[in-house]
Amino acid sequence: MAKKPVTFTLNGAERAAFADEGQNLLDFLRRGVGDLTPKYGCGQGTCGACTVVVDGKTTLSCLVLAETVAGKSVETAAGIAKGNVLHALQEAFMDHFSAQCGYCTPGMLVSAKALLDRNPRPSREEVVEAISGNLCRCTGYEPIIEAVLAASGQRASA
Amino acid sequence: MTVHRGRGFSAINYPIGMNLGGDPSQALVHSNPDGKFTVALSAIDLGQGMKSVTRQIAAETLGVPVEDVVVDTADSDTGPHDMGSFASRGTHRVGNAVIKAAEEARSVMLEAAAEELEVDARDLVTDGRGNIHVKGAPSRAITTMAAAQAAQFKQGRTIAGRGIFLIPLSEVDPDTGEMTPVSTFAHAAMILDVEVDDETGEVAITDMKSAYEVGRALNPRLVEQQLRGGAWMGGSHAGWETTEPYYPSREHGATDFNHYLMPGPGDLWPHHISVLERPAEDGPYGGKGPGEMCANPVLPALVNAVYDAVGVRIDELPVTPEKVLRGLRAQGGAKPKRRL
Repeated sequence: MAKKPVTFTLNGAERAAFADEGQNLLDFLRRGVGDLTPKYGCGQGTCGACTVVVDGKTTLSCLVLAETVAGKSVETAAGIAKGNVLHALQEAFMDHFSAQCGYCTPGMLVSAKALLDRNPRPSREEVVEAISGNLCRCTGYEPIIEAVLAASGQRASA
Repeated sequence: MTVHRGRGFSAINYPIGMNLGGDPSQALVHSNPDGKFTVALSAIDLGQGMKSVTRQIAAETLGVPVEDVVVDTADSDTGPHDMGSFASRGTHRVGNAVIKAAEEARSVMLEAAAEELEVDARDLVTDGRGNIHVKGAPSRAITTMAAAQAAQFKQGRTIAGRGIFLIPLSEVDPDTGEMTPVSTFAHAAMILDVEVDDETGEVAITDMKSAYEVGRALNPRLVEQQLRGGAWMGGSHAGWETTEPYYPSREHGATDFNHYLMPGPGDLWPHHISVLERPAEDGPYGGKGPGEMCANPVLPALVNAVYDAVGVRIDELPVTPEKVLRGLRAQGGAKPKRRL
């Protein structure tokens, strides 16, 4: 199968890797680049576990071709912490017990960070809207909503 | 169209563990030369907190800081045998096994310390901060690390312990039919408020009040986390999830998450949780286990609430709008009971 070189920016650093023809972005990131934070959940764009940000927009990486990110900026959960310093969202997820099995967590963090980047003080409804494409089986969502509101400096209102 | 309010109640008695050929869990505890302890288990943490709770239990029993304990659940091929993380059995079965293993390791640790301090091991106590000292004489002390190193490099002693906790198989008495399959029950009660739309058949949970009796809540935040998430899953089972929406006809079954429905973050309801602590006699430090019981009371409470609201008794889950509408049509419209 023909391989194509794809040069793009991953979490702020320039990267180049070979993508198989027809390979989706999720598979490319996990197997071609080695970033395992985007998760394979349903492979059909219905669970949100593979959510990444492409040029500022949340994107289901299982539904787009790898070569479409050539020259673009991709952000994943791996880039949310800066070195050893966790992002306020990550701290809040820990404080609010917002993860159990953890499989949805990288996608949740990516969706939540994309929200806070464009809207630093979202309402509860805006948080709900932002994570409504991310399925969670363990937490009942409430601890996640509370964490996002807390990370934005607002008290959670259940 | 009218929206009818209803309230449902449920109470459950939930067995901890199971009775299929006996229900054992094993644990192995050993110290490392740096004075830290490793607990080897084959019970897996699925996110419910198995590693956190067994770490606390081991630290408490050993008398060392929780930071000094590492729980390794890496591999059921090489770890001690365990039936597994299911049946709400983890805290109870595995926790008891960890206590036994940690008690044995602690006694060797105290013997090693006694040899170094030239005292009787029975006179030694731990301070929970990494020190072992003579009772009443805190200055006659040795650190757990120094004791572990002495055992390892001078005394040739293994600071280690084995633990098993077994609830043996309870056979059915052929004459009376009696058996004792369960040693411990957990309990829960729930009151659920709903609104039922008699035009669309939609049921919305508007409020949930629960009381869960879990023995001692060994890690209160983890207990609350399980209860909150588990009750959401119970609501999902009660009102949304089905792989066979038109059973016994299997056409039109769910094939993905667009059809296999669950309540999303926009469908939540307030859940007011009360945790009742009544330490279990045979539980590790009184703990039982919330486990599956988190979800169970929601289903009967929802069905009862719908009956209370519109008089339709649904006996097949989940409670879908279609079933509510069929029930309403069969009885000629909403007939609220309003008993609660």
